[in-house]
Amino acid sequence: MIRLRQLAQAASVLTTPLAPEDILALFNPVYSARQLRGVVTRVVQETAQSATIFFRPGRGWKAHLAGQWARIGVELDGVRHWRSYSLSTPAGKDPAITVTDVGAVSGTLVRTTRPGDVLFLAPPQGDFVLPEHPRPLLMLTAGSGITPVMSMIRTLVPRRPDADVVLVHSARTPGESLFREELAELADQFPNFRLAHWFTGKRGRLDFSSAKELDGICPDWKDRAAYACGPDSFLDDAEDLWKRTALTAGTPGKDLAVAGGSGNLTIERFNTNLSAGAGHDGGLVTFEASDREVEADGDTPILDVGEDAGVLMPSGCRMGICHSCLTPLLAGQVRDLRTGEVHGDPGQLIQTCVSAAAGPVNLEI
Amino acid sequence: MSVISPTKTTPAESAGSTRKRPGKLAESGSPTVRPPAAAHLTDEQVAELGRELDAIRDEILAKRGAEDAAYIRRMIKIQRGLEISGRAALLVGKNKAAWVTGTTLLSLAKILENMELGHNILHGQWDWMRDPDIHSTTWEWDFVTPSRSWQHTHNDLHHRWTNVVGKDNDVGYNLLRMDKETPWKPKNLGNPLYNAILAPIFEWGIAVYDLELVDYREGRKSKEALLKDLKALGRKAITQFTKDYAATPALAMLTGSAKQALFGTLAANAIRNVWAHSVIFCGHFPEGTDTFTEEMVEGETRGDWYVRQMIGSANISGSKFMHIMTGNLSHQIEHHLFPDLPSNRYAEVAPKVREICRRYGLKYTTGPLLKQVGSAWAKVFRLALP
Repeated sequence: MIRLRQLAQAASVLTTPLAPEDILALFNPVYSARQLRGVVTRVVQETAQSATIFFRPGRGWKAHLAGQWARIGVELDGVRHWRSYSLSTPAGKDPAITVTDVGAVSGTLVRTTRPGDVLFLAPPQGDFVLPEHPRPLLMLTAGSGITPVMSMIRTLVPRRPDADVVLVHSARTPGESLFREELAELADQFPNFRLAHWFTGKRGRLDFSSAKELDGICPDWKDRAAYACGPDSFLDDAEDLWKRTALTAGTPGKDLAVAGGSGNLTIERFNTNLSAGAGHDGGLVTFEASDREVEADGDTPILDVGEDAGVLMPSGCRMGICHSCLTPLLAGQVRDLRTGEVHGDPGQLIQTCVSAAAGPVNLEI
Repeated sequence: MSVISPTKTTPAESAGSTRKRPGKLAESGSPTVRPPAAAHLTDEQVAELGRELDAIRDEILAKRGAEDAAYIRRMIKIQRGLEISGRAALLVGKNKAAWVTGTTLLSLAKILENMELGHNILHGQWDWMRDPDIHSTTWEWDFVTPSRSWQHTHNDLHHRWTNVVGKDNDVGYNLLRMDKETPWKPKNLGNPLYNAILAPIFEWGIAVYDLELVDYREGRKSKEALLKDLKALGRKAITQFTKDYAATPALAMLTGSAKQALFGTLAANAIRNVWAHSVIFCGHFPEGTDTFTEEMVEGETRGDWYVRQMIGSANISGSKFMHIMTGNLSHQIEHHLFPDLPSNRYAEVAPKVREICRRYGLKYTTGPLLKQVGSAWAKVFRLALP
């Protein structure tokens, strides 16, 4: 390995200003000097709406813990978009994401990904992981919220005879329920794993307004460390129930601080809603590194807003042609003052001289 | 022409800000003096012309997508293929055929890298793809001057102040007298000689130019800034020099071709330099291109900025291959109107721009390569004399 690195360094004398990886990428697309990539090895259709995509990551990837997620970059009409997906394979195995066809990026992934395709990657991260010490567990999942939990179950159940896991999974119909066969097999094979399906198409949504339904499925739920993942409303309701029952067992402070939740409930939210203003509303612009916040209108370039607030903004032509003012966007959306287009993905570099705030905006500078 | 009152405020000032924002375009009105070639246009006509050009830009933005992304990736692949095969051939340069092949391929690779890739990627033409491997903030080119230094003098100063004498130093690069309004000095007699020397070492000329020594001498650039730029240039120059003039010949020693490899890389760099110099001189120096005074940009609107780009630039007509080898700077007019549109789109924009010029009675200067090169050189000779 060290020899390889030295060789690469020696080769860079000949490839500069390119890196040796830039040349190797001609032969194998997984190479890049700047961007972690993976090659798709297998695509498995899970339901009509979802697929599991296995990939072989390039150097720089680190093995995931059960329950973690990774940012995946996909190209749509030539433009790279990033989304976060939970890894569904057990810890220690090759990574895979299970994607459900909602929205343009996920839809493209489910419908068009083929073995050999290149995915852009960021290393796995996240605190929605199994507890350090063995504890009885309750998993509450809804829809595609099962993906991180599936990784946990696959990691824990077959390998740990002392595990004690109850999974309550809510889906609209059996046909839409992810991993149904595999879960059934696991439940058959391992008595320490209990599975309860809840099909909302037949029984309506799982009611968390009282503890009655949950008591019926898992009478000792209060004694278990609980993990929940699913749509926002599902999580909000679960959180309320745990709060009301004021369960403070376990290490509540930690659980609360780490991934959100209440008492011994750990939750993972998928869709953090960025409240994007549609048009000319403007919004609060936060310059993170400079520690400044300014209320901006929807027609003033963020460059001007920053300068007036005393932020050292990079600048150039002030008319949108030279790209000297590119600044990383952390959150929120901006409006292009030339075209009116509202856009913005976390991490995207924006031209502050021709962009105004469209809702609250966070910039790295 | 409208009368400018001395208390005129820019929109930023009237909004309560006292900060000076050099370069900010006026929302309406006209420059203190409109350039003679556009003096027949009213403010309203200029504004309408601006809207028409904005519409052309919007149209391309709406179409820009996977096809364009595939184009630039294909160019990058071709360039890298040429680069490694050219260099490989030079490693056995003792063989004459290998030397000629190697030098040719490497010259083509270097030209493609500087023009269609480097120049355009560094303009941010491909930033919309959000690919960190093809981005104006990460790209470094096979040219001595560091990308970041060049982006400042080129993207910002040259493109914002195109052909404004005293603001755009690309008018003569602080070396040549390229405008008749510039007072003549005896040293200008050397104009043709300086230019002939500059051409084969163009990349070093640009590297020195990007240091902005004149600005430093006149106090507009701090010592720290200069030292920082010098350091960056030193680092870049060493790696560039090592690659072409030390590492490649050293590797060629294995086949006893060290000397031939050295001559090959020297020739390839010189060929690229002469080519880049010629193409760039065709951009703003041939007969028909105008220069401007600072009065002509005072109070300039977006429409007037567009006008200045059109009457201050010149195109080169020719084959598709020629366009690619010039990095589509053969569409200099379109490039100056839309510096950050992807270069592969300039050809389709050109007829529309030309039609607008015709309709508004503005010139649209173009001609074949040799004619334009000759015309630029003629100016170099003519302005050597008072």
